[in-house]
Amino acid sequence: MKKLVFLLSTVTVLLSSCSTETVELAGAGATFPVPYYNVAFEAYKAETGNIVSYGGIGSGGGIRSITEGIVDFAGTDAFLNDERMAEIDEVIHIPTCMGAVVLSYNLEGVSKLNLTGEIIANIYLGKITNWNDSLIQAINPDVTLPTKKITPVFRSDGSGTTAIFANYLSKVSPTWKDTLGEGTALNFTVGVGGKGNPGVAGTVAVTDGAIGYIGSEYAFSLGLSIASIQNSKGEFIQPNTASISAAAQGDIPADTRVMITNSEATGSYPISGFTWIVVYKEQAYANRSIEKAEATVELLHFLLSEKAQSLTETVHYAPLSEAVIALTKANIKKMTYQGNPIE
Amino acid sequence: MSDKAFKTLLWFAASIILIITGGMLYSLTSGAIPAFKQFGFFEFLSSSEWNPTEGSEKYGALAFIIGTIITSILGILFCLPFSLPVALFIGEYFKGKKIASLLGTIVDLLAGIPSIVYGLWGFYALRPIIMSLGLSPQGFGILTASLVLGIMIIPYAASLSAEFIRMVPNDLKEGAYSMGATRAEVIQHIILPISGSGIFSSYILALGRALGETMAVTMLIGNANGIPNSIFDTGNTMASIIANQFGEAYGLKLSSLIAVGLLLFLITAIINFIGKLIIKRNNL
Repeated sequence: MKKLVFLLSTVTVLLSSCSTETVELAGAGATFPVPYYNVAFEAYKAETGNIVSYGGIGSGGGIRSITEGIVDFAGTDAFLNDERMAEIDEVIHIPTCMGAVVLSYNLEGVSKLNLTGEIIANIYLGKITNWNDSLIQAINPDVTLPTKKITPVFRSDGSGTTAIFANYLSKVSPTWKDTLGEGTALNFTVGVGGKGNPGVAGTVAVTDGAIGYIGSEYAFSLGLSIASIQNSKGEFIQPNTASISAAAQGDIPADTRVMITNSEATGSYPISGFTWIVVYKEQAYANRSIEKAEATVELLHFLLSEKAQSLTETVHYAPLSEAVIALTKANIKKMTYQGNPIE
Repeated sequence: MSDKAFKTLLWFAASIILIITGGMLYSLTSGAIPAFKQFGFFEFLSSSEWNPTEGSEKYGALAFIIGTIITSILGILFCLPFSLPVALFIGEYFKGKKIASLLGTIVDLLAGIPSIVYGLWGFYALRPIIMSLGLSPQGFGILTASLVLGIMIIPYAASLSAEFIRMVPNDLKEGAYSMGATRAEVIQHIILPISGSGIFSSYILALGRALGETMAVTMLIGNANGIPNSIFDTGNTMASIIANQFGEAYGLKLSSLIAVGLLLFLITAIINFIGKLIIKRNNL
């Protein structure tokens, strides 16, 4: 009997020592940054041993999960507006990287395509319905466009990707602003809806004549053709690390809640955006332990580190500028556990 | 176990089901009330606008109700030419034979295939056919969803119909044969009139099943809001709008989705009730 008690107590000690060493963090939300988070969280695990699981369920789903207290952090591409911020306990937005929403298309024999915001808006509003439309032909003089019906593909679920896309089109098309407007889910009445970035990418990949807006990495990894979009300087720009970085050169507010679409900078890709992690300022919610709170802060610092930021380019995202990192580090300092600062 | 204890156990089990169903109805209703209050019950039913844009939020279920009804009824129509012959084959022509039970088992197997598999089949196999026939430029839409629905509900309609066909009294059929009727005439004049209401009710029950199908329909219908212009157009059903948007919904949108769920619950319940009523009235 004594032996057994000894054995049991040893096991208990071993188990408890295990649980203090590794902390498991859970996050959920935007699918847009998932390719980056996959590599970044893997690097974080290699460095600290802590495990981070992230469910790509859409930005809206992530926000709902954190307000229900079931995750440690939420991922979103659409920052919370003031109204929503007022409804819930104070949260902090942590930008983790920048990315582009790309317009990918499936059009046999067309490997290069220029588009303007106005044309994209009219396609999604059902006003331009054929690829050989004179408006599209006018800005693509070297391309033979086929006579084919355009199938616009959109996100059927609430999505930060949609929010960035709609924010851009609202800036460049008054008609869009008055009809579909802005938001994470819009009242699309033409085209086909796909669930999640993979759903839209998959539909574009197998549908001749389709065009869809997708988080860039999903288009790159499937090898989809990507349109060059005209920015406010009149240049047709392909999305890449340099052109996304160029979009973030304006003033960034202290809480980093800003859309950087339709940037005025030369060489900027106009449908760029931050993606954020949203955490509660007060980390002692839903009976969370101090270890989890500390690990969350540690993870956020890791994501801002040079090591993690340098990973962004490998998956076609862009690193944050030093100014944004400085702002964000100051914001992380505000996080508390039962009223006391963490660290 | 004593009889009394057994009886108590049965009571307990039965009442739990009742409580769960009642609880679901209650939580659906209480969740839906904010939407009904905001828009009005009849306005919610008759408006086809589904606008989640902040500031001008407005939700109405009409487009999804219509999408649900069109896909389900088309599904029944597509199912009919397959399920009725199968029912006659199993219930009359090869009644009791090995081949009938083999076919019956295979048809029942269809019911066991997960709906996501039907969805994938529709996405990768059926959709390219629809596109190559030029019926729709992108292959998604009401038609594609209905075709897959039609196949999915074959087992529900066929098994029950076969049961009713099998129950047609033998002396009636023998009477007809003795008067020189051919098999086709027996089916036309004896079997179908007698088992007709039973067959009808089995299609009603299959319809109830089609109304609530979610996964396969969501993958194929195109998920565009708005009332479809034709069967080649894209649309949304009540189940697919919930599947698409429930995850991130909150506030008024969440309430509106729950209201759509409540309406679907009611429509399915009414359809099932009608089916059962017809079976009962004809005492089959």
